[in-house]
Amino acid sequence: MPTKIHPALIGFTALVFLFLVGPLVIVVGAALSDTTFLTFPPQGFSLRWFQNIFEIDAFRRTILTSLQVAVISTFVALLIGIPASYAMSRYRIQLPGWLSTLFVLPVLVPELVLGFSLLKNLAFQFNAPIFLSLIIGHTILILPYVIRVISASLASFDFSIEEAAISLGSPPLKTFFTVLLPNVRSGVIAAFILAFITSVNDVSISIFLTGPGISTLPIQLLAHMEQFFDPTVASVSVMLMVLTVAVMAIVERTLGLTFLAK
Amino acid sequence: MTKPLSIRNITAHYGQTKVLEDLSLDIAEGELVSLLGASGCGKTTTLRLVAGFLQPTSGNITLGGKDLTKLPAHQRDIGLVFQNYALFPHLSVAENVGFGLKQRGISGEAKTKRVGAMLERVGLAHLAERLPGALSGGQKQRVALARALVIEPPLLMFDEPLSNLDAKLRVDMRVEIRQLQRANGTTSVYVTHDQEEAFSISDRVAIMHAGKIMQLDTPENLYQRPANAFVARFVGFENLVPMKVVARDGAQITAEAAGGVKLTLGLEHFGAIPDNFVLACRADGLAVTDNMGAEGIPTTLGLRTYLGRAYQYQSDTAAGMLVANGPLSRPLEPGSSAKLVPVPDQCTILAVETP
Repeated sequence: MPTKIHPALIGFTALVFLFLVGPLVIVVGAALSDTTFLTFPPQGFSLRWFQNIFEIDAFRRTILTSLQVAVISTFVALLIGIPASYAMSRYRIQLPGWLSTLFVLPVLVPELVLGFSLLKNLAFQFNAPIFLSLIIGHTILILPYVIRVISASLASFDFSIEEAAISLGSPPLKTFFTVLLPNVRSGVIAAFILAFITSVNDVSISIFLTGPGISTLPIQLLAHMEQFFDPTVASVSVMLMVLTVAVMAIVERTLGLTFLAK
Repeated sequence: MTKPLSIRNITAHYGQTKVLEDLSLDIAEGELVSLLGASGCGKTTTLRLVAGFLQPTSGNITLGGKDLTKLPAHQRDIGLVFQNYALFPHLSVAENVGFGLKQRGISGEAKTKRVGAMLERVGLAHLAERLPGALSGGQKQRVALARALVIEPPLLMFDEPLSNLDAKLRVDMRVEIRQLQRANGTTSVYVTHDQEEAFSISDRVAIMHAGKIMQLDTPENLYQRPANAFVARFVGFENLVPMKVVARDGAQITAEAAGGVKLTLGLEHFGAIPDNFVLACRADGLAVTDNMGAEGIPTTLGLRTYLGRAYQYQSDTAAGMLVANGPLSRPLEPGSSAKLVPVPDQCTILAVETP
């Protein structure tokens, strides 16, 4: 017998849903508007604001920069994060307990503070190039996510499996690649995606580190908004949303989203 | 193929804690020796030292005359069977079994053939393409066994391989392990905390305590002739009574325990008896009787429990609290007086240990 759901509960749920999805609908609507200013509901229908993104040189360049920064810093974070998570899981008993907290610390520091401190040190103190500063900043930003996700998948890994492989004649380093990595594959992919999305969408750190000539997409979006109030802003937002949703959809299809919540 | 293992004067530490002290153990070719003891006694440490996952502080380990001590774990060529199976979750049963062969550069037809033959032997040929996740506990342990055996190692080591299985399967599997080990004649080390398992499967058993081997002997000798108080208690001699010989008369002696309790013991069963000794008796080794004329330890009976084959009494004597069994046909009331008569078959003589 199906349980009868109270109508008020349905109404409440609908309101929450509207609250969550409403703004997104407005953005999508505005992006499709045929007007030269942001408006909702859309008047007319046009894809020209999407086309506009690629016609404005600054957007073209910053999209490329954003992708480059995201890919490179994600790889660097994985390169650091996988061995770090491995060491912390494998030698949990021998290592001090605060170590794993240390690696998650950047999440607890307000990103603005992190961004400012990076600006002061990387850009002013060491005169680091903007692109390099961005890579370093984003790597620090996403490393905690990478470590958290990979540590979670390593937590259920039985290290005697590794010992079994070694006892059968597989050298330790080879065992790491042939036995350990395939078994935390889903964790690595999840970490990659989470890190990539976080990097692409980041404003608070990038705003300190971008400078003349080099900017990321979200920062360019802010700059654009200060001068123009046309639907390009909405269409860029939609593009970022679509990118995020597409990546999530791929994860959902291949691995299931539940493991992201682990 | 199979080789003798020799562990010489091994001492090992975890940080500052000493876990093994000057341990030596020789295992002959084709022999199965169990390391038996409670958790923390050093049995798993010993196995991990031989496997190469731990390094000893001092001492050395040789296999067939070859020194293993400094050899990295992956070059030791030892077959290991783990308590939690440790199968590779991302590989099929056949790939799991073939893993060791692949490391040895055996591939293609030769590998397929050996894997197939091995799976046939453990009765899992029909599951070759399954992933470990789809197997039962017993099947997983068979795959683990096959994976360790297929590389034809000179030494096999088992780390509590049956602890995660249910009681019935445990008995079946231990027979199977013993048969496979016998058939291959592989030298084996078997770590367990289960006395019945160790005794039933082993040629010899090393009873371990606090990082030392207390006694290494055949199951029969351990069970009947424990060498010291620890082993005696471990194999079920619950009553340990220190005694002193007061008279020797040909084939028998008279000895006195605390509280003036006197007993006459025959030398034909116990062999030579030193002047000071400890009489060790199982509960079955002290027969409770209400015949007060019998030669035995006078007692006041305490709590009575029903064992199915006998009644067990907590018995208060001048020599201390003893546990003794009495016949089902004559239940005696708590509080009544009785005598505890030693049954030579269920008793043994221990030397006095200076603490």
